[in-house]
Amino acid sequence: MSHHIVEVQDLKHTYPDNTAAVRGISFRIHHGESVAVVGANGAGKSTLLLHLNGYLTPQSGTVRIGDFPLTRETVKDIRRTVGMIFQDPDDQLFMPTVYEDVAFGPLNLGLPAEEVEQRVQQALSRTGVEHLSERPPYKLSGGEKRAVAIATVLAMSPDILVMDEPTSNLDPRSRRSLIELLAGFHHTKIIATHDLDMVMDLCERTIVIHEGRITADGPTAAIFSDDQLLRRSHLEQPLRMQVCPVCSKR
Amino acid sequence: MAKIESAFVDLSYLDTLAAGDSVVHRLDPRVKVVTTAIFLLCVVSFDKYAIAAMLPFALFLIVIMGLGGVPASFVLKKLAITSPFAVMIGIFNPIFDQHIVLHLGPLAVTGGWLSFLSIILRFCLTVTAMLVLIATTGFNAVCMALERLGVPKIFAVQMLMLYRYIFVLVEEGQRMHRARALRAFGRRGLDMKTFAHLVGQLLLRTIDRGQRIHLAMLCRGFDGTIRIRQQLRITGRDIGTLLLSAIVLIAMRQLNLALLLGQLLTDSLP
Amino acid sequence: MHMADALLSPAIGGTMWAATATGIAVCAKKVQKDLDDSKIPLMGVLGAFIFAAQMINFTIPATGSSGHLGGGMILAILLGPCAAFLTIASVLTVQAMFFADGGLLALGCNIFNLGVFPCFIAYPFIYRPIVGSTPNPTRIAIGATLGGIIGLQLGALGVVFETYLSGISELPLKAFLSAMLPIHLGIGLVEGLVTTAVVTFVWKARPEILQYSALSRPLGNLGLRKVLIGLGVAAVVTGGALSWFASSFPDGLEWSMAKTSGKEELEAPASGIYHLLAGIQEKTAFLPDYGFKNSGEEAAASEGTAPSWPAVDTGTTTAGLVGGGLTLALAVVIGLLFRRRKQTL
Repeated sequence: MSHHIVEVQDLKHTYPDNTAAVRGISFRIHHGESVAVVGANGAGKSTLLLHLNGYLTPQSGTVRIGDFPLTRETVKDIRRTVGMIFQDPDDQLFMPTVYEDVAFGPLNLGLPAEEVEQRVQQALSRTGVEHLSERPPYKLSGGEKRAVAIATVLAMSPDILVMDEPTSNLDPRSRRSLIELLAGFHHTKIIATHDLDMVMDLCERTIVIHEGRITADGPTAAIFSDDQLLRRSHLEQPLRMQVCPVCSKR
Repeated sequence: MAKIESAFVDLSYLDTLAAGDSVVHRLDPRVKVVTTAIFLLCVVSFDKYAIAAMLPFALFLIVIMGLGGVPASFVLKKLAITSPFAVMIGIFNPIFDQHIVLHLGPLAVTGGWLSFLSIILRFCLTVTAMLVLIATTGFNAVCMALERLGVPKIFAVQMLMLYRYIFVLVEEGQRMHRARALRAFGRRGLDMKTFAHLVGQLLLRTIDRGQRIHLAMLCRGFDGTIRIRQQLRITGRDIGTLLLSAIVLIAMRQLNLALLLGQLLTDSLP
Repeated sequence: MHMADALLSPAIGGTMWAATATGIAVCAKKVQKDLDDSKIPLMGVLGAFIFAAQMINFTIPATGSSGHLGGGMILAILLGPCAAFLTIASVLTVQAMFFADGGLLALGCNIFNLGVFPCFIAYPFIYRPIVGSTPNPTRIAIGATLGGIIGLQLGALGVVFETYLSGISELPLKAFLSAMLPIHLGIGLVEGLVTTAVVTFVWKARPEILQYSALSRPLGNLGLRKVLIGLGVAAVVTGGALSWFASSFPDGLEWSMAKTSGKEELEAPASGIYHLLAGIQEKTAFLPDYGFKNSGEEAAASEGTAPSWPAVDTGTTTAGLVGGGLTLALAVVIGLLFRRRKQTL
């Protein structure tokens, strides 16, 4: 077993309409690392994420998750290892009640009833939403939906959490409690986002993607202080690193 | 548009009611579905002039509404909204059926008026029964019960998913419709081209959403079969309730209780 | 276009229920066996889409009145027959339950009329042969418009025959047909045009969606025949059995009701609540009952007497059998059509 839990090598992907979304990406992620993937819209973040849970299989290059190279045969094991949290929780919460939704994964794993029950309870209490268990998803607030979506993934006991814009559409308070929740997890985390302030709180490492290629990969602090690099990648420094408009200090 | 919007308000209100807790709520959903079916069959099989004989069924509903905490105001409001249709159809009867069937003092009552009243009564009974079932059980539990009663699982799942996403998509449709209305400057109605654009756009978003949901399902080990935790457990109390209500309903159907009561009263009078 | 309970005898209603239930069972099996499990969530959201789309009204060209999407053809085009049938059935069921649209007894008829015809006739025999595997706007327009018209004409025919065979309406078949078919020609044309417009929009924006649904052949030869034969057999068996108990109340007023409802549908296709209620009006009496007896007038008692139970009336038994036979004949014709199509391919 390698000590890299995620290893992507020279990954390329072109969509049927000839859009080259990913044009040769390589990186390695260690156990327990928390990595942000940032880039402008259309930079290739989503396509990359779709490879990490096996929705897309590599056209060229390789993706290794844990012990397995990603192929059609290993897709099932890989999905067990990688928990994917979607941008729109409405897509992830498709069952009639919160409980049903969290139980969906464990039931598919073929676990016995008591184990399913236990996993659901654990996942719900971990995200602090036990009290919502019998509620239908459309009656939840944005923050609650997000927490439940995370619970549905935790119930599968994944090693890696992959998140697409976890803080989008959240009010400031829900955003803050989400960040605190995520900070408490010891999973390997890969977060694709535009919320660079959150990245500063959660990720020690950042990968910048621009037009399907990696333009930078390194410690978050170093990358965010390189204003030129961020501008080239159609990004800007997180607010708290920008010059204060009132006192002109950092 | 207004009709559907208000219908959706009712939809979520029914959900709120269904989340309550009462003797009726605690019954196994299957018992309630079967009882409702018996109820509807009984009412629908009355002949067209039946009025008095149907009244005990109203009593039955009222008792259940009381036990289940279904507010009469909601049911009455709903009946009032939907009744114009019943009246519209029923009103033909007095016109076409002018056969005099009884005299109430100086008043000659035609068969048409009797059957008209009967229609209104049936309408109230069947609509209320449906509402009471949903309000004390919830649509989701009704679907689960139907699945257990032999409806193909994939169809039950289909209804569950449809219900889940009605709320999401209607909101999405409303947003798009509103955005268009804001730029229409009072012009009402959509020409076909704009309509196709609006609905087509909504359709594309829906298809994308379908794909994302599928992906979310795959991520959690979906293999083509939806597994739902089955928590329905029928107890002796449930079976007892079912038998009791079935007996009561069939007795009400077979015996004209109102008539018997009437006879009892008239006989006891000197 | 929703069938009204009012015009329906329990025998025909039950027959159509059995046919529809069989259809659902067969289609459920088929969809479950289908390898493409991405259909399952897609069916769910598309069902919800129909509700959302029906909120949006458009102006019918040259009339000034407004209409909305029915959606049967669109579902068939996007999902294929079996999945579309299940989706339509779920939409109609939710409408019947929450919006009192249609009616419970008539639900069987409605699913049959609005589901079977677009999914198993208009789509496979009209739209698909015309559009083929390489859609283009002209083909889509012709296929969807013809499909829409023919689907609704057959649906209207279904309503007419279900009403006629129920024996409750006294309306002469010819008069009924001449009222229903032209009206539904109009509705079908509008539905066809809307379907064309929406499908063309989808094709222009994302051609791969239609290409993809053209590639997958969710309905094998066996599947369609199985569905139709199943429907036919179920219809005949239950039709015969139920008619045995059925007796009818001939009453001459419903036909005008039918006419009204037909016209009403043109203006407001969604406003079907009255059907439910209406239905209740003319039900077979399973038991003699004198509802008004206790109002004090014993003299009136004999007036409303229903035939005693069970009414072994050769007339209604015939009606049920004819209904079943008709469906079976339809199944055979479709089977033959399908065979011919297969040979020519």
